[in-house]
Amino acid sequence: MTARELPFGTWGYIGFLIVLAGLPLVAPPFWVTLGNYVGLYSIVALGLVLLTGVAGQTSFGQAAFVGLGAYTTAVLCTEYALSPWLSLAVGIALTTALALFLGFITLRMKGHYLPLATIAWGISLAMLFGNVEGLGGHTGLTGIPALDLFGYEMRNERFYYFLIWGIALAALWATDNLLDSRPGRAIRALRGQLEMAEAFGVDTVRLKIIVFVYAALLACVSGWLYAHLQRFVNPTPFGINQGIEYLFMAVVGGAGSVWGAVIGATLITLAKQVLQDVLPTLLGKSGNFEVVVFGLLMIIVLQRAREGVWPWIAHLLPERTPPPVPDAEPLAARDKAPTAGPLLEVKAARKQFGGLIAVNDLSFTIRGGEILGLIGPNGAGKTTMFNLISGALPLTAGEVVFRGESLGGCKPFEIARRGIGRTFQHVRLVPRMSVLENVALGAYLRGKAGVLRSAMRLDRVEEKRTHAEAARAITRVGLAAHIHDAAGSLPLGRQRVVEIARALAADPALLLLDEPAAGLRYLEKQELAALLRQLKADGMTVLLVEHDMDFVMGVTDRLVVMDFGEKLAEGVPAEIQKNPVVLEAYLGGV
Amino acid sequence: MDFSIFALLTQDGITNGAIYALLALALVLVFAVTRVIWIPSGEFVAYGTLTLAGLQLGRPPGTIGLLIGMAVVAGAMEVYGCARRGDARQILRQLLVWTGIPLAIAGAAWWLATPSLPFWAQILVALALVTVLGPLHYRIAYQPLAEASVLVLLIVSVAVHFALTGLGLWFFGAEGSRTPAFSSETFQVGEIIVSVQGLFVVFTSIALIAALYLFFGRTLFGKALRATALNRVGARLCGVSPNLAGALTFTLAALLCAFSGVLIGPITTVYYDSGFLVSLKGFVGAIIGGLVSYPLAAAGALLVGLLEAFASYWASAFKEVIVFTLIIPVLLWRSLTSHHHEEDE
Repeated sequence: MTARELPFGTWGYIGFLIVLAGLPLVAPPFWVTLGNYVGLYSIVALGLVLLTGVAGQTSFGQAAFVGLGAYTTAVLCTEYALSPWLSLAVGIALTTALALFLGFITLRMKGHYLPLATIAWGISLAMLFGNVEGLGGHTGLTGIPALDLFGYEMRNERFYYFLIWGIALAALWATDNLLDSRPGRAIRALRGQLEMAEAFGVDTVRLKIIVFVYAALLACVSGWLYAHLQRFVNPTPFGINQGIEYLFMAVVGGAGSVWGAVIGATLITLAKQVLQDVLPTLLGKSGNFEVVVFGLLMIIVLQRAREGVWPWIAHLLPERTPPPVPDAEPLAARDKAPTAGPLLEVKAARKQFGGLIAVNDLSFTIRGGEILGLIGPNGAGKTTMFNLISGALPLTAGEVVFRGESLGGCKPFEIARRGIGRTFQHVRLVPRMSVLENVALGAYLRGKAGVLRSAMRLDRVEEKRTHAEAARAITRVGLAAHIHDAAGSLPLGRQRVVEIARALAADPALLLLDEPAAGLRYLEKQELAALLRQLKADGMTVLLVEHDMDFVMGVTDRLVVMDFGEKLAEGVPAEIQKNPVVLEAYLGGV
Repeated sequence: MDFSIFALLTQDGITNGAIYALLALALVLVFAVTRVIWIPSGEFVAYGTLTLAGLQLGRPPGTIGLLIGMAVVAGAMEVYGCARRGDARQILRQLLVWTGIPLAIAGAAWWLATPSLPFWAQILVALALVTVLGPLHYRIAYQPLAEASVLVLLIVSVAVHFALTGLGLWFFGAEGSRTPAFSSETFQVGEIIVSVQGLFVVFTSIALIAALYLFFGRTLFGKALRATALNRVGARLCGVSPNLAGALTFTLAALLCAFSGVLIGPITTVYYDSGFLVSLKGFVGAIIGGLVSYPLAAAGALLVGLLEAFASYWASAFKEVIVFTLIIPVLLWRSLTSHHHEEDE
């Protein structure tokens, strides 16, 4: 969710800013120092919100990136007398290179390799800081110069506070913008919806790496700020335990929202301060006993309130109704002029899984403007055939030709780019995103805005057109009343219709529907049939894979019947209904 | 480097590698059945050593207090669960299992912990105490989240690691301990001096690895555990309780870790927080096996042990750095050989 959708009134923002800005003016130095740390930690935790809460990846090694930023500037400013601003640029370059490398090797694999790898190299890097000659060993490096801002030396902690929080708020703003954008919708689909995201043209591995680099850069900037605040660095604050605490901040605060980062950083910093004072006296022993409390707290949060503290606070704030989606110029539409010959031609398609032939030299064509039904009993190979067209499975032999061009070897997103939209048999929506956002994800390939442009909010014109386009698709399928509802809150029948709207938002020349009537009730099926007839009236071509005979007979122009991977019959519904071979296959002989 | 140093380092490496291999097996076992990436395994190794060291001093080890505390919490959670389900008849039975049995073991250990207890009995008591902590911490931390994603379970693991490290400091203190070897004898093969203790470590590890391999490959019960790993609902429908499978897996894994602790005690001084690095070395080994293959995990752990032994000779300050950086080429290799990237969960 983004701040704009959230029930966060303008007064909430103003109050927050007043408290934030007022603190260094009135509070004693101790509280200013704490405020500085909360700001520094918030920046790091913000990266983890994006990485863990939104994209479903995680890192325990963020402290090492903080260390990289801090040590880079420490060494460059003391040994080479470089300007801190230049050393920030060097730190950013180093961090980007390292994060790209680590992301490249871990993010192509299952989700748990990244966190495990971050633990290992987080420990390694912290040990390097302590053991390399030039880095001052365990005593660290001293004499780091203060930051110089427009000729003013920032030695005063109260002034530094404004710099830290200025950067923290800028990072919050940029991250929040990013989540509410074209790449943001794709990032939110990374958690558990990789196949769907790829089908709409998202390069998921690349996007995961970008998110990882983004989080690493925030950590690096925090480290740079830290070094020039303390004016001294040693390895301790960049160890693995601190890396784990950063993750705890994001999870306790609420990893689903950018505000969770600030709340988590505040809570954990204050709790640590109190516990370090209280526990040793209480227990009569000295030592890091706060880790026990943090560990237990995390277990309880994950068992009882997986979303962290933020939802409770969000709940207290007044709810804001999202404004209606304003109309805007449509996005560029694709050329759908009819080509010579059929729209799609399947030529002797074959798919073998080991010894099993799921689709056996099947051929059929789809003409522009018709609804073709591909039917057959369970296990006939319909869904396999569907996946051969959508690119989810590679062909063993044969060819699929779309608008005169062979689709052989194309990845799902390349097929999407050529103008084939699809739905999924098991509904694949991002449940917490609104219907509007889910449908807008369908138009991913029709937009251009990248991460940087979106974070700077320079994507508004395109975004407005995308939203208008999505709203039109939603109206077309008759769900205008639910445009701002969370997709996961709709009944199954409506969710299937949202899937159709999402496919329409991609502006397809051919629509592939995979068992859209499965699990629907009678009335829902009738509504779906009416929708399909209306799409046909608008000139859409549809391939419908179904096993519900009644439903198919009512909406299709022609049918291809499959059994055991082969074509059993082909023709108009009335013929098929009387065909003895089909009746035999369906009813086992009459 | 001459041959005798080479032989010595190799022997060291194999001995340490054998211990890491036991740990790597426990990690693969836990991951296979419960999808938990068991970071706190290292604390069980440290607890194993420290419990035995406590018994060596002829007094009840700190583990007993920890065991009592966890048994009470686990029992309370069971009572709460039964009460919410309105299942009053189960309360007594669950209390007996989760609180009664652990308390009985704690009581027996308390009674046995005298200076006159023979060494082999001390080892048995230490193993029993630490092993019981396995299912208890599973019940408290993991079982309520058994359906959660691998990522959530991993974060819980790190939280448990935090809590157990702090509790280790509280119950065992900050001082490090060593435990005596089973045998200090050595014999000579050609120019090489072989320690009997090292041989013991290696052969025990091999025997346990073979036993596990047979258990999962050949017995119905082992297959049931593997089935739970693949499909919890399916396994439940076939009459395998995922909770029971989880508790048993953690019992077995805790035993393996406690045993590693007993084996590592004579080799190095163990502190309350030493376990983390040891368990991560086990993980590096297990990752070489992709967290699924027992033989590959064991081979990987052996490689880690050897690398560590030679790294400590050439660049002792960077020993750990070198071992943990090994994970990068390993992951690079795995990522280049696995062509499709997989969907999470």
